[in-house]
Formats: sequence, C-alpha cells, structure tokens
Amino acid sequence: MEDEQSFSDICGGRLALQRRYYSPSCREFCISCPRLSLRSLTAVTCTVWLAAYGLFTLCENSIILSAAIFITLLGLLGYLHFVKIDQETLLIIDSLGIQMTSSYASGKESTTFIEMGKVKDVIINEGIYMQKVIYYLCILLKDPVEPHGISQVVPVFQSAKPRLDCLIEVYRSCQEVLAHQKATSASP
Amino acid sequence: MGYKSWGGDMNASAGARMPHEGDKDAARACLRLPGLERCVRGTLGRGRRAARAPLGAGPSRGNAGSRRKWGSCPAARPRQGWGPGAASAVVRSGRPDAVPDPMPTPPPESAARGNSRVPGMVLKAFFPTCCASADSGLLVGRWVPEQTSAVVLAVVHFPFIPIQVKELLARVQQASQVGVAVLGTWCHRRQDAEESLGHFLEGLGAIFSHEPWLQLCRERGSKFWSCKATRRQAPTCPGAPGEDQVMLVFYDQRKVLLSQLHPPVALPDHQAGDAVAGAGGLAAVFDTVARSEELFRSDRFDEGPVRLSHWQSEGVEASILAELAKRASGPICLLLGGLLSLVSAASACRVLQLWPLSFIWSKLSTCEQLRHRLEQLTFVFSTQKAENPTQLMRKANVLVSVLLDVALGLALLSWLHGKDRIGHLAEALVPVADHVAEELQHLLQWLMGAPAGLKMNRALDQVLGRFFLYHLHLWISYIHLMSPFIERILWHVGLSACLGLTVALSILSDIIALLTFHIYCFYVYGARLYCLKICGLSSLWRLFRGKKWNVLRQRVDSCSYDLDQLFIGTLLFTILLFLLPTTALYYLVFTLLRLLVVAVQGLIHVLVDLINSLPLYSLGLRLCRPYRLAAGVKFRVLEHEADRPLRLLMQINPLPFSHVIRTYRLPSCGCHPTHSWGSLCRKLFFGELIYPWRQKGDKRD
Repeated sequence: MEDEQSFSDICGGRLALQRRYYSPSCREFCISCPRLSLRSLTAVTCTVWLAAYGLFTLCENSIILSAAIFITLLGLLGYLHFVKIDQETLLIIDSLGIQMTSSYASGKESTTFIEMGKVKDVIINEGIYMQKVIYYLCILLKDPVEPHGISQVVPVFQSAKPRLDCLIEVYRSCQEVLAHQKATSASP
Repeated sequence: MGYKSWGGDMNASAGARMPHEGDKDAARACLRLPGLERCVRGTLGRGRRAARAPLGAGPSRGNAGSRRKWGSCPAARPRQGWGPGAASAVVRSGRPDAVPDPMPTPPPESAARGNSRVPGMVLKAFFPTCCASADSGLLVGRWVPEQTSAVVLAVVHFPFIPIQVKELLARVQQASQVGVAVLGTWCHRRQDAEESLGHFLEGLGAIFSHEPWLQLCRERGSKFWSCKATRRQAPTCPGAPGEDQVMLVFYDQRKVLLSQLHPPVALPDHQAGDAVAGAGGLAAVFDTVARSEELFRSDRFDEGPVRLSHWQSEGVEASILAELAKRASGPICLLLGGLLSLVSAASACRVLQLWPLSFIWSKLSTCEQLRHRLEQLTFVFSTQKAENPTQLMRKANVLVSVLLDVALGLALLSWLHGKDRIGHLAEALVPVADHVAEELQHLLQWLMGAPAGLKMNRALDQVLGRFFLYHLHLWISYIHLMSPFIERILWHVGLSACLGLTVALSILSDIIALLTFHIYCFYVYGARLYCLKICGLSSLWRLFRGKKWNVLRQRVDSCSYDLDQLFIGTLLFTILLFLLPTTALYYLVFTLLRLLVVAVQGLIHVLVDLINSLPLYSLGLRLCRPYRLAAGVKFRVLEHEADRPLRLLMQINPLPFSHVIRTYRLPSCGCHPTHSWGSLCRKLFFGELIYPWRQKGDKRD
C-alpha cells in the first residue's frame, strides 16, 4: 500500500510525504524536499561572478576570475554532497528496529539503524529553533544502566522540518507498530 | 499499551508534549491491531490443516511422489521400514510414503483457542544470500529465543544420515560454543510443484525436533518465497499448533563473518558455554556467524558424509608465500625484538642519565621521537600474540605507519643525496643565517632611533640596543666559525632520514631551534627586564595605595608607611613607569620574533604527530573493504507481495571515516602544548617565558 500526501515545512515550503505499508509490521515514511531550484542556483552563481568581475576591473588580475569559477564549482559540489538533503526516510520494522536514511542530492546516503531493544518511545517534542518554537519527531533511547531513564533523544526529519500535521501522521503509525511490539514483548 | 507508556514518558522527559487527540488515536490503533493479527492467524492455521489432511488420510499418495526424481539424488529408491528410530538410514527426498505423520491432528477446538492467543512476536529468519540457490535440504543454524530470531548458517543437502548430521552439529557446537541446531527445512523447487516433497520435509521435523520448526520454500520462477514457522507446543496454550508471522532477512555471510561491529561488544569468555545471549540484538547475529567458522571449514567438493552449502572462500591465493611468511615471522620477530631490547638497554645506560645530558635529552625533540619510534618497534615485534581484534588492528596500524614513515624518509634521503643537493643547501644556509642577522641589526637600529614615531627614553634605548647588537655580533661570528662544518653535519643528519621522515623532521625542528638561538636569547633578556618592571610596578602601586603583600598569609594587607618610604617608593614608581614603554617595545618585538619561530616548530610538530598517530591501516581497510569495520547494519525492503513474508536485505553500514580515526588513533609522543590561549596571553602580558616543550614543573590549567 502506498499513498502520497503533500504538507508544508515550518517555513511554508512544500513537502511530499510518501507512506508505504509493506506489512502490518513494517512501514516506511519518506519525506521529499523540493529539489535545488534553477533560479537560486543561477542567482548565487551570478552574484559570485559579478563580484569577481568587479574585483577584476579594479585590480586587473585574471586569477580572480578563475578563482571565482573554481569556488562556484567546488561550492556547488560540496553543497550537493554534504548539505542538500533531498529525501529523508523513516523505516520502522516491528521487533527489529527503526532506520533513518537521509539521501543527499548527490546520491550519497547516510543511514542510522536503531535496534528495537534500545528504543523507549517515539514522541513529538517542542524545541526552540532560531527565533521560533517548532515541533519535531524524535526517538527516545533507553538508558542501558537505568531502565526508566532516557539516554539520548534522536531527532527525526532534521533537515525537512515538517509541520505538526505531518508529524502526527507519522507519529500515529509509529505508535501502532510500537504498541504491537510492546504487547508482544510483554506477553511472550 | 502505547499511550500508557506515553504517559510515563511525560513525567520522565520534561518538555515532551503532544495534543490529546494523537494519544486517543494511538490507543485506538492498539485496540484495532490484535484483531487484524487474529484474522491473519486464523486463515493461516486453516490453510495448513487443510494441507495436512490428505497426509493423515493415508500413505498411498507416496507412490506418486517417489516417481519424481529430484535434484541431487537421482538414485532415490523407495525403501520401507525406517522411521525416527532407524537413525542410520539414509534420508532421501521424495519418499513421503513411509514418513509417519509427526503432527498430531489438531483438535477441532484449536482454531477457537488459537484465536484467543496473544499475537506472537514476529519471527525473524536470517538467511544467507549464498544459500538462496542451494538444493533442498535442512536448515542448520542457531535459534535466539530472546529475539525470536533464527540465524540460518548453512543448508544440509540430501541425501544424509540423520545421525551423522547430529554428530557434525555436536562437533561444531563443541568447537564454537554456539548452540547450532537443525532449525527446519529448505525446499527449492526447480521443477513443477512437488506436493509430496512438502509433506516429506514436514515429516523431517520428527527426527530433528526444534521449536519452532521453520519451513522455507522457494518456488521456481518466482521471486517470492513462502515461509512458515510451526510451533507444536505453544507454551501459552499447549496442544494448539500455532504459526508465527515470519520475516525473512537476507544477509551476506562473508561480510557478516568478516566484519567487526563498533563499538565492540563486551563478549563473555568462550568457556561460558552458549553465552552469546548476553550480546543483545543484532550483535548476537554477528557473533553467531563469527563463531561458527568451524562449520564453514568443510569444502564444497569434499566427499564427506554430510554435504553442506554455505559461504566458502575462493581458496587462498599464493598460499605458499603466505605460509612461508607465517613460518618466518616468528624467528624474525624474536631476532628483531632481541636487537631492540639491546638498543633500549643501551639507551637506558647510567652514563647517559647524568645531569647535563639528561637535560639535553629532555629538550631535544629528536630524542623524544627516537624514543617513540623504539617503543613502536618494540610493540610491533613483540612475540606476544594480539589478544583481540583491537590490539591486532593497533599493531597493523603501527606497522603501516612506521613503514610509510621509513619509505617517505628514504625518498627524502634519495632526493637529498642526488645531484649534490646537500652542498647547495649548506651553501644556502649560511647566507640565510647572515641575512637574518643583518635584518635583526636593522631592526635594532630602527628601535634605537624613534620607532614608529614613538619618543623613547634615549639613554635606556641606547644601552639596550648596544647590548643586543653586541650579542648579535657574537652570534654572527659563531655562525661563520661553524660554516666549514655545516655541510658535513648536514650530510650526517640527512642519513638519519632512513629512520623515518618523522625523525628527519624532528632534527629539522632542533636545527631551527639551534640556529635561532639568538632570537631566543633576545626574547629571554627582554622578557626578564619586562617582568622585573611589571613586578616592581605592581608592588610599588600597592605601596602607593598604602598596602603591602603579606607573604606569610598570601594576601594583601594594609600597612602604614613612613613618609620617606612613601616618597622613595613614589619616586621609583614614577621612574619605572616612565621607563616601561621602552622596555615594553623591545619585549614586544622580540616576543613576536620568538612566536614566529615557535609557530614554525609547532607546524613541524603537528606534521610529525600526524604521521605518528594516523591509523593508516584502518583507513585503508575502510576504503577498500568497507564491510570490515561496521558501525551497524542497514535494511532494505525487497520487493513485496501480499500474503508473502516480508523480505529484507541486511547490509553492513560502514563506519564513517571520522569514527575510524577517533577509534584507532595511535598515541603520539605526547609533547602537546599544555597551555590554552588564555593562559598564553596571560603569560605574555606578565612577561613569563613560554616554551614550545612541556616543562615538568608546569601546572596544568
């Protein structure tokens, strides 16, 4: 089963939430951000090159122009490879764990897998971000020493930052799986 | 249930908030889910009973099955009269006629009772990808009851003799301390569906009893597998056969076997029996595969009694070379270790520990580096076997870093000794030193005039300037006295590069320190004068305010001075205050020069540290064999079809490079600058001396 809904992020940008229900025990949520727009790319490149050209007319040194070209190219590569995240995926598998994947615009993927034994709960939390208060989904990890304590809070969808309505959708599905997990582990 | 624990967390984690409607919905979902589960279970149970019914009805169908020759056993002849008791009989597939029905016919009320059961945990079957194309047979592996997961390690093919399989498993279990057992059956249908084979395989459960009994089946021409897990006696309600939901997880046996999880799990010792249960979660899977190496020893082409299908290495290439190296490494290590112990004994000799020498040793970075290199070599060539993978990795890292260092040093050596570069260097060195001295002379003359338009105290300025100029003159004559020998010294120093680039760099750092000795002297004089002035000013300032420093109580007390004391004190204070700018200017200039030299030395030191501490072997391993250093796993959901078990692909998540460096960093020779920027500025302001090396009496900030 697969469906797609569109939501907005905290700044009002468009986000697409894809839900895939492979089985009752395995669900995947995939939030896709809009791709790098041609307009912003052109604007940044033009600004850098115009500034470089201005400097060039002042000091008549052609190294500045080639440096500007290299800086734009390297900056674009670095931005695509390390900064721009196109897609964030949350895969929750009953009795196995939760996996978070972020795919960068260059195709690089970074994955974190948290075993179900370490997960205490999935909650929606409030946090202060820049000058506003936002909601975010996060995974609470159990403290291995103290069973009721929380050792770590792992935020999910860090780069997309969807709004509360989108988070609630994901939260409900996660809680369904977690509730099943708790019911089975409590009565083996 | 979900919302209950949610409430608990509200107390535990401050700031966790959620609108109420979400809670309600989660609760509703929890209520809904078991029903769904029940429904799935009901249909599965019914289906199985229907399938079993003809088998119980009579053994006559067996003839149809025996007609089909299948897979690797063309000589399957019907033979009567074997059962679980006749264990020495060869078990061949396709003869279900004689198999007694091991399953008790389910009582009619079992369906109702099965429904009342709580939904079982999802059963996870870890299946090696290399066995996906294996012939039908038995699944051999380990059952981890805590996580309800079955780790399949190998497939035993037909024909086999059950007693021999059991013997093999017992042997493996003894060697690896892993509870290896027959977990179920594996059916790979190459031809059209063979109904009989399924019943036959089901019957094998009577010989190898296991709870639950797994039945994996791969259809011909279909990507989707069917998988059943049967429990004959469910502990919650005995007598009701239940089937669990199954999830298939494929893993690459080779990668899992060779990979090393990070952070390493504290494994219990091997004597503690089947103690891997302590390692939680997926670490248990990794550990099971790693320990069952004994099972993977047997070769595919061996004509043993039991034929297994599992991952096997493609043979060791150049095994003669490897064997020779293995044989030779022991004596070589012994020999080199002996030589190294001789060297270290010589370096620990009493004569070298006398006062002036030991002081010099502690100040020269070359000695520090040589000592570090000696420690490294002793560590590498020690005959003790590395106990754990971490230590082994450390040894390899040290060895690779030493080898790289020596290779770079040799490259430097060949570059230096080719085309008489040392001669050019020596010829260039003296003029450079001269030039530096000349520049310093100009600087001093500039300071003796009116530097930057400042009006200095002329008399003091002249005295200081002449003093420094004389010192510089001495230094220049010293350099000229040295100049005939510099080439030879450089030649010998160049030879030391064969000990490694780091040693050569340390020597370079020491040479820079020696050649800029005059700058150091100027700095010390300037700093001492400045320090004197600052101390005098501060104590006289206290006198000016009618206070004094109480040495016994370590505090400032008020004190009534006489009039003449106050007069003299104030006079001296005024004189010092007016002379301070002149001294401060000299101090400032020479401190800047000194800082420049210290920065160059620091740069060299950082480079040496980098070569010493970079874990090159681990980095290379991460680059070429990313699965060897695993940070964990990642799962990929494979193509899915309704009513079939979920199929996941487990892949190794390699450790990020930053973690590799952090985990396997080698200890460097440990002369880091100890002061922070704040304390450095404080020291500079108060005129205390700063050194690039660590001082023993230094207080740690």
